[in-house]
Amino acid sequence: MATLEIKDLHVSVGTDDGAKEILKGVDLTVRAGETHAIMGPNGSGKSTLSYAVAGHPKYEVTSGTVTLDGEDVLAMSVDERARAGLFLAMQYPVEVPGVSMSNFLRTAATAVRGEAPKLRTWVKEVKASMAELDIDPAFAERSVNEGFSGGEKKRHEILQLALLNPKIAILDETDSGLDVDALRVVSEGVNRFKASGETGVLLITHYTRILRHITPDFVHVFAGGRIVESGGSELADQLESGGYVKYTGEAAGV
Amino acid sequence: MTAAVEKSRGVPESSRAEWFTSYDVDAFEVPSGREEIWRFTPMKRIAGLHTGVAATGSAEVEVEAPTGVTVETVPRGDSRLGQGGVPADRVAAQAYSSFADATVLTVAADTRVEPVTVTVTGPGAGEVAYGHLQVRAERFAEAVVVIDHRGSGVYADNVEFVLADGAKLTVVSIQDWADDAVHISAHHARIGRDAVLRHTAITLGGNVVRLSPTAAFADRGAEVELNGIYFADAGQHFEHRTFVDHAVPNCTSNVVYKGALQGEDAHTVWIGDVLIRAAAEGTQTYELNRNLLLTDGARADSVPNLEIETGEIAGAGHASATGRFDDEQLFYLQARGIPEDQARRLVVRGFFHELLMKIQVPAVRERLEAAIEAELEAVGG
Repeated sequence: MATLEIKDLHVSVGTDDGAKEILKGVDLTVRAGETHAIMGPNGSGKSTLSYAVAGHPKYEVTSGTVTLDGEDVLAMSVDERARAGLFLAMQYPVEVPGVSMSNFLRTAATAVRGEAPKLRTWVKEVKASMAELDIDPAFAERSVNEGFSGGEKKRHEILQLALLNPKIAILDETDSGLDVDALRVVSEGVNRFKASGETGVLLITHYTRILRHITPDFVHVFAGGRIVESGGSELADQLESGGYVKYTGEAAGV
Repeated sequence: MTAAVEKSRGVPESSRAEWFTSYDVDAFEVPSGREEIWRFTPMKRIAGLHTGVAATGSAEVEVEAPTGVTVETVPRGDSRLGQGGVPADRVAAQAYSSFADATVLTVAADTRVEPVTVTVTGPGAGEVAYGHLQVRAERFAEAVVVIDHRGSGVYADNVEFVLADGAKLTVVSIQDWADDAVHISAHHARIGRDAVLRHTAITLGGNVVRLSPTAAFADRGAEVELNGIYFADAGQHFEHRTFVDHAVPNCTSNVVYKGALQGEDAHTVWIGDVLIRAAAEGTQTYELNRNLLLTDGARADSVPNLEIETGEIAGAGHASATGRFDDEQLFYLQARGIPEDQARRLVVRGFFHELLMKIQVPAVRERLEAAIEAELEAVGG
């Protein structure tokens, strides 16, 4: 069973005024079959956590460890992390002009699976996954994310999740900018991914609305670059009524 | 309608309208290299083409022409020569004054022909040659002409495209020379009423390649596309100088040049001149240059010049950008498991995709895809 283990993670980002510490000691363990929600105010460092785990070059890990099934994730390149079974659904998926979605998906699937998927079954697989996410088949021939609306980009992130089938998926504000229908479609996609019980989900969000579609086993409040409170799904309900004021107050005092 | 126009970044010394042109080499002074039109060119590497070096050999010109195309080899005095345009720099005039005989291809009126291939093989290492080629598309003719430059040596030439009313001509000029080659070439297009020229320059090999495609409209309703793809490796100098001369109303031009550079002292230059003269009301024009620097040590110069003498145009604009790999694109592709070297190749292929798709001849497109693939094998991964 897959386990992502983050221990005392400190991460800095370079700024004009020198390195600035964003994550100040994050401890978190996500096991297969579990869904964790990380909630927190803007600027608390939630997205930094997701990028640091995925290996974005902008973020420097200054101390702490990240392991996936005991393997040192921080020693891996970005693509090695993905092939090891980590997936990051990005808040702002990147446009890659001139590279068709179908070419991109097949190249990624080939890399992650270690061999090129058989063409006939692959085409069926992609079509079925696109249909489940209400994606028009015409998108397959369009350039990756180019000219896609916010909702279309998020659907395609979940399409990649479905096709690459990682061990642990981190969803970085996948719900932001989605209308009610798109939120439902995207959430159903995540629930299908979870259904096997062999995969873990780390859901990063500012709002509680996606948690009405995807039930978390654990909710963590993120503030000031670390987890300040953890609990069950009832914690999300408290946040819904109380907001983050209590935590931002604490964070400011750190 | 009045168009909003950005101020051009590089203002030439004089208006393009006042440029001197002549068929006679002696009418031009020997350039020192400091002149605006020569300042990017490594004059020490062009084997004296600008100082009057004599031909020591000749380039071989082979034409594969389908039915409907007449191929002639004509002496310098042929009255048709020069109808496409007049040399605007000393090397073009040198070539015009020095070629022994010219090749003239004529596509018959009202016919649509299979692709024509012209293979030009350089005179050989250490040799100098001059050449002249003219492609004529008669009224309502439709043709694709591929001009394939290969081999070694020093070669300067003029290539003319004369499009009669309603003709549609697609030209793909490939410069895939050996590493020693020096090629300085002026392409001149004269485009008739309602005629369309689609011209693509593809420069992949050679020591110094300097190509100057010029398009002028003979009458209204005409359209030109000037496209370019170049891929410069260490030490190579590839220069493309496009000029669209809008002197009559209601014509359209679109210029798109894209280049990739890798290696120490890889140098590319794109100069995009567009002149909209006072009479050219209703003109629509756009030009774009993009450069992708794949390694340190490479340099891309990019200078769009848009001169507008009438406000009564449909639209005019330009854009130019030179950058390194977009790290966010690489991160995104790698975050999906794609190894870095493969991700880089995907991005570069994608960069050229739009232009490659415009090349209608599958055999040529496949060859170019393979050539770009081969260049990419060398990209650090």
